[in-house]
Amino acid sequence: MEEVLRWFCLPRSGCRASISGGPVSSPLLAPPLISISLPGEGERRSPPSSCCFLLFFSYFKELVGKEVTVELKNDLAIRGTLHSVDQYLNIKLENTRVVDQDKYPHMLSVRNCFIRGSVVRYVLLPQDGVDIDILHDATRREARGG
Amino acid sequence: MASAGPGLESLVDQIISVITNDGRNIVGTLRGFDQATNIILDESHERVYSTREGVQQLVLGLYIIRGDNISVVGEVDEELDARLDLSNLRAHPLKPVIH
Repeated sequence: MEEVLRWFCLPRSGCRASISGGPVSSPLLAPPLISISLPGEGERRSPPSSCCFLLFFSYFKELVGKEVTVELKNDLAIRGTLHSVDQYLNIKLENTRVVDQDKYPHMLSVRNCFIRGSVVRYVLLPQDGVDIDILHDATRREARGG
Repeated sequence: MASAGPGLESLVDQIISVITNDGRNIVGTLRGFDQATNIILDESHERVYSTREGVQQLVLGLYIIRGDNISVVGEVDEELDARLDLSNLRAHPLKPVIH
């Protein structure tokens, strides 16, 4: 677990992770959540090889089975149980429901879905999705330069 | 790297609902796919959402959709789908994906 979390505090990696305990930036969700924004990827399709992607990949693999909300770049937010992730950060969710079903009834008959990694804007994790103590330690260690 | 991930194998020959990057919704039978999420859709139709009238269904037939243009591939639960009253379902079309 510690290994997986170390990337959180690498300032040069281009990745960004934030923890918001109070009001969440996403207008779609009320409970306190931890959000991770992925590095800009646009038309990325060659298999990612940087350490940054491997870290995200292994991080998401640890989250399999947890309830997550995936917000897409078309503002659609889908909540479901994380079933699997691959090296492109494509995501498969089970027991899905769209967060605002009245506004977006387009997926009313869909219960399992595959989301292409390139259209993911945020993955909102459950509060216990990150071990805060390990994160704190890793951050302090990085701040000390070691 | 291992290919054990969220492939689309389990959806082959099933009815799926594809949301494309330009906000269209295409429903059809998945016949094939590859690692770039290019997909072959058989007996497909588009569901056009609008606020003025119910959902319109346009017959498309056999389609190949390039993976770049795909946002979501959903497995259609036929029982739930049969219960939908599409003619009375009104909604804004989905927004296009902005990278």
